[in-house]
Amino acid sequence: MSKQSGKKKNSNASNGSSFDNLELFLLHLPTTLWYLIFCYAPMFGIVIAFKNYKVRPGKSFLYSLFVNSKWCGFKNFESLFKSSYFSTMMRNTIVYNIIFIILGIVIPVTLAILFNEIYSKKLAKVCQTMMFLPHFLSWVVISYFVYAFLATDRGLVNNLSRHLGILKADQANPQWYLNPGFWTWFLVFLNQWKGLGYGMVVYLATIAGIDQEMYEAALIDGASKAQQTKYITIPMLRPVMSIMFIMAVGNIFRSDFGLFYQATRNSGALTNITQTIDVYVFKALLEQNNINISSAASLVQSVAGCITIILANIVVKKIDSEAGLF
Amino acid sequence: MAKIKVQPIKYMRVKPTTNVLISALFIILGLMCFMPALLVLIVSLSDEAAVAKNGYSYFPEAWSLGAYAYLAKQTGYIGRAFVNSIGITVFGTVLGLVTTSTMGYALSRPNYRLRGFFTWFIFIPMLFSGGLVASYMINTGILGMKDTYWALVLPICCSSFYCIVMRTFFQTSVPEAIIESAKIDGAQQMRIFIQIVLPISLPAIATIGLFLTFQYWNDWMMAKYYLSSNVQDKYPLQYVLIALEDSITFLTRNKDKMGVDASASLPSETIRMAMVMVAVLPIACAYPFFQKYFVSGLTIGAVKG
Repeated sequence: MSKQSGKKKNSNASNGSSFDNLELFLLHLPTTLWYLIFCYAPMFGIVIAFKNYKVRPGKSFLYSLFVNSKWCGFKNFESLFKSSYFSTMMRNTIVYNIIFIILGIVIPVTLAILFNEIYSKKLAKVCQTMMFLPHFLSWVVISYFVYAFLATDRGLVNNLSRHLGILKADQANPQWYLNPGFWTWFLVFLNQWKGLGYGMVVYLATIAGIDQEMYEAALIDGASKAQQTKYITIPMLRPVMSIMFIMAVGNIFRSDFGLFYQATRNSGALTNITQTIDVYVFKALLEQNNINISSAASLVQSVAGCITIILANIVVKKIDSEAGLF
Repeated sequence: MAKIKVQPIKYMRVKPTTNVLISALFIILGLMCFMPALLVLIVSLSDEAAVAKNGYSYFPEAWSLGAYAYLAKQTGYIGRAFVNSIGITVFGTVLGLVTTSTMGYALSRPNYRLRGFFTWFIFIPMLFSGGLVASYMINTGILGMKDTYWALVLPICCSSFYCIVMRTFFQTSVPEAIIESAKIDGAQQMRIFIQIVLPISLPAIATIGLFLTFQYWNDWMMAKYYLSSNVQDKYPLQYVLIALEDSITFLTRNKDKMGVDASASLPSETIRMAMVMVAVLPIACAYPFFQKYFVSGLTIGAVKG
C-alpha cells in the first residue's frame, strides 16, 4: 500500500493544483467524517476498558465516563482473565477458527480445481449458482432452515428417522438443540456450507486467468493431469491462497456471531461450545449490562487481532516476498 | 479448422468416468445448498393442519396459500417490517455508494496530494478497531442513535474494502485522458466526478451497489444491538424473525409455569416460514442474474494495492 502512494506521477503543471486538492478533499469530506465518527472515535473509546464505568443518571455518556468513572488500570482485565468463561471463549474462538481456516482453504481450492474439469459448462454454471445461495442468506434465515430440519417435534430429521424406523416407537424424539456433541461438528459443517460458493469464486477466477500455453507445454512434455495440477495450477494459486490465509488469520480472534449465537438459537445447553469472544461480549454488554468486563474483552480481541494480522503478514512475506497483503 | 481447435482441448480433459464423478459431486453439493431453502418454501405453502399432523415434509398432504394471504393482510409491526426493510436498504445503499465512490475517486487521482495520507486513513481501520463496546457506547451515548433508524443505516454504510474496490476500478478502467481533457475544458473535480467518471463506472457502481443492497437487506445485527422492544414499528424484516423466535422460545419455556400454551397467540409455523420466504425470495430470484458482478467485485477486491 505504501509503495503505491509513494509513486507520484509528475505530469503537467495544470494537474494537481492546490485547487484540485481542495476540491478532491471536499468531495470525500463526508466519508472522512464517517471514518472519524464510526472508526476512529471508537478507537479512543477503548479508554472505557481502563475505567470503572459508572453511569450518572441524567448526565451524558462523556460526563459519566470522564468525570464520574475512576481510572482502574488493568483491573477490568484482571477480572476478565480470572473469570471462568475466559479460557472457554478463547478456546472456542481459536480452535474453531483454526479448523475454519484450514478447511476454508483446502475445500474451496480442491473444489475449484475439480470444478474446472467438468465437461458441461452449463451444468457447472447451474451447480455453482446453487452453491452460491447460502452466501446471500442471513444467519437469521439459515437458523430457520436449520430449525426446519432439527426441530424436535416437526423437524424433517426426526420425522424421517421415525418413518424409516431408525427411531423405534418407544423412543423419544432426540432434542438436537440440547446436544453439544452434535453441534460441535455441525457448526463446522454450517460454516463451510455457507462459505462454499463464495470461497470458490476467487480461486476459479485465478484458474481462469492462468495462461493456457503453460498447460499445452506441459502436455507436450507428457505431464499427466495430476502433474499439471501439482506443478502449474497449485503454484499459480499460491499467492491468492496466501492473501486469503493472512486475511483469515488476522481474523482469528473474531468469530461469526450469527453462526454461534443465531444459528444455535442461543441454546443454553450449547454454551460450552458456542461461547466465543463475540458472543461473550454481546451477552455481557446487552444482556448483563456489564460494560467493564465486556469492554476489556472487546479490547483484548482488537489488540490480539491487530498483532496477529501484522505477524501473519511478516511471516508470509518472509516465505514469499510478493505475497504480503501490505 | 474447427477440428484443429477441438483436438488439444480434448487431450487436456479428464477421463469421462472422472467427469461423471466430479459432476455428481457438484450436483450433490449444489442440492445440499438449495434443498433447505426448498423445504422452507414448501412448508410455507403447506396447509397448517397438515404440518401440525405430519411435521415438515417435502411432500405435504395439502397445499395452501393461507400463510401468504395472512401476511398480506398484516398492518401491525409484521406488515410494517417489510416497508422498513425496503426503506433501509434503499437509503443505505445510496448512502454507501456516495461515501465509497467519492473516497475511491479521490484516492484514485495520482496527483492528489493527500492521497498517501488518506490511503492509510482508510487502511488502519482494517487492522485495528475499537471493538463493539466502544462503538456501542459512542453510538448510543454520544450520537443518541438507540431506537432510531439511523442506527440501522449509518454504522455499516461505508467500508474500507468497498473504497479499495472503487479506487482500483477507477484507477484501471477510467482513462486518464478523459479526465485531463475535461480539466482543460475547465471542469471542476466535482463535475468531472459526477458527469464523466460515474457514468463510465457503472459496472463498479452496480457491483458495490449490489453488495450494499444484500448487506442491508440481510442485516439483523444492528437491529439487535440498537433497537429495543419499545420500537417494534421500526423492526426490519430480519429482526422480526428473531423477535418471533425469541418470544416463542420464551413462551414454550414458561408453558408449565403459566399453565397455558400462549404461543398459540403468535403467528403459526407456516406463517413464520412464509415470512422467511419473504426475506429470501427477492434475493433468491435476483442473485443468479447479478452473480457475475459479485464475482468481479470479489476479484477486484482480491487484487492488492
